[in-house]
Amino acid sequence: MRNMSEKPLTERIRPNEAPASLKDYERAGGYASVRKCLSSMQPADVTQLVKDGTLRGRGGAGFPTGIKWSIVPQGADAPRPKYLVVNADEMEPGTFKDRVLLEGDPHQLIEGIILASFAIQADIAYIFLRGEYIVAQERIEKAIHEAYEAGFLGKDIIGSGYCLELHLHMSIGRYICGEETALLNALEGKRATPRAKPPFPQASGLWGKPTIVNNVETLSTLPHIVNRGVEWFKGLSRTPNGGTKLFGVSGKVKRPGLWELPLGTTVGEIMDLAGGMRDGLSLRGIIPGGASTDFLGPEHLDLQMDFDTVGKAGSRMGTGTMIVLDDKTCPVGMVHNLTQFFAHESCGWCTPCRDGLPWLQNVLWAIETGRGREDDMKMLHRHTKLLGPGMTFCALAPGAMAPLGSALTRFKDDFDQHIRAKRCPWR
Amino acid sequence: MLSDILKSEIESHIHEPEHRESACTEALRIVQRDRGWIDDESLKDIAEFLGMTTHELDGVATFFNLIHRRPVGRHVIRVCSSVSCWVLGYDALREALLAKLDVLLGQTTADGRFTVLPNQCLGTCDRAPAMMIGADLYQDIDPTRLDEILDRYA
Repeated sequence: MRNMSEKPLTERIRPNEAPASLKDYERAGGYASVRKCLSSMQPADVTQLVKDGTLRGRGGAGFPTGIKWSIVPQGADAPRPKYLVVNADEMEPGTFKDRVLLEGDPHQLIEGIILASFAIQADIAYIFLRGEYIVAQERIEKAIHEAYEAGFLGKDIIGSGYCLELHLHMSIGRYICGEETALLNALEGKRATPRAKPPFPQASGLWGKPTIVNNVETLSTLPHIVNRGVEWFKGLSRTPNGGTKLFGVSGKVKRPGLWELPLGTTVGEIMDLAGGMRDGLSLRGIIPGGASTDFLGPEHLDLQMDFDTVGKAGSRMGTGTMIVLDDKTCPVGMVHNLTQFFAHESCGWCTPCRDGLPWLQNVLWAIETGRGREDDMKMLHRHTKLLGPGMTFCALAPGAMAPLGSALTRFKDDFDQHIRAKRCPWR
Repeated sequence: MLSDILKSEIESHIHEPEHRESACTEALRIVQRDRGWIDDESLKDIAEFLGMTTHELDGVATFFNLIHRRPVGRHVIRVCSSVSCWVLGYDALREALLAKLDVLLGQTTADGRFTVLPNQCLGTCDRAPAMMIGADLYQDIDPTRLDEILDRYA
């Protein structure tokens, strides 16, 4: 099978080595897509290419990238400036994929930024980077500087007449900035609470201007689609949606890590790359794509990791970085840890999330420490509805309910045992 | 008072002159790097420099995790407390660290050398457990290595 070996996103990345300078990057074919695009393509051509390639956003939600772009107002009457914002605020627990692209191949990201910006005719682009990603910060600053020097950024990019300014913004830490409208508020220098939608950022985003927010992995994919075409890109995948995907495994497996694989690689194949469970442990559950996705189980090893298939199995592919629960780790403790995270990161804007999550955290801690009561399970179940989709201002609390709700069903006996025995059997 | 050097570094993050306040999170980060934390006077100086009220800026400063509105030690230790690190031994690492430094989570050592804080997922889950000291990232931490790591910080 040809496509197990193709790794366009990561082929240039060497662990523990600094990324290529612009000169070396160009020598290896870098920025060819920008030259091609700016000399022979129209903005609508780039959008069409991405639509035809069936690229879906890699930030977690899986929205089709080309369709997102096509809503941006175009033409002489479009409000200006228009913005492209890169969501590089990787903060979903269990997720460590964008770090690799940011540290390992910053020019690939910048190349993708130029293509996306050209497609929507953005004037200004921002990279919104996690404050803790200090190595990435240094490398991106250097790469941006090199790209300006070489004429790939700034005025009249390589003589095409297209102009784009690119700035790096270091965030100061808040999970809610992964929600795109909260991110835009943070960029504007405000508290990062989400905005009401509509209007969507495509129409009214940063300072009320048309704005696209795309994930690092999504943008890093673009140069390869432009260079090698739609058919090649679709051929990388085992599903109707094109491309490779970064998949990761963390938890008590033999070789935790990150791999670029065809979209649609199965959970079991990814677990095999991770070497399977450590000796003496067996698999109890898998959170497939970061903290805000429902638990899968050992029965899902044949499940293909792609947006639709994982969705049909009752979870989400999310970020594609799996967190593994073994049989010597307490599921109640794990869900308590996840809920504590979401409670801490609630922005406080809407009541169900602000008050509900700490409440759930406390109840889970009571159960974990032997103070649970019989009716707690009913209460927890009820809250997965009260904080679920449609009940809160944004997706943070519903995201928190995904692992909790699925754990209440999947690990019901463990919860009951804690409550009955008035202690955690793993402690 | 903000020094001219700090002011010019903050200015370099004002990309659109009509939106000076947009540089406020960068300004908080820059001033904190210089002074360790954001005291009331720094808050007032930054707000004034960017054309905001101190209350607006305090709303931002207290919202974000990485800004300190109280003094911290010379080195801030951020122990990743999220799920993969939890599975791989966050509790044991945290307790070993706190016992060694004789503090509770969130406190500063008596000699002002370290402050220990929990931190949300550091994005290095395949090498858990992890923590940062200042700008340095430590991965695959075995609590028996803590002395050797801490000795690097005066």
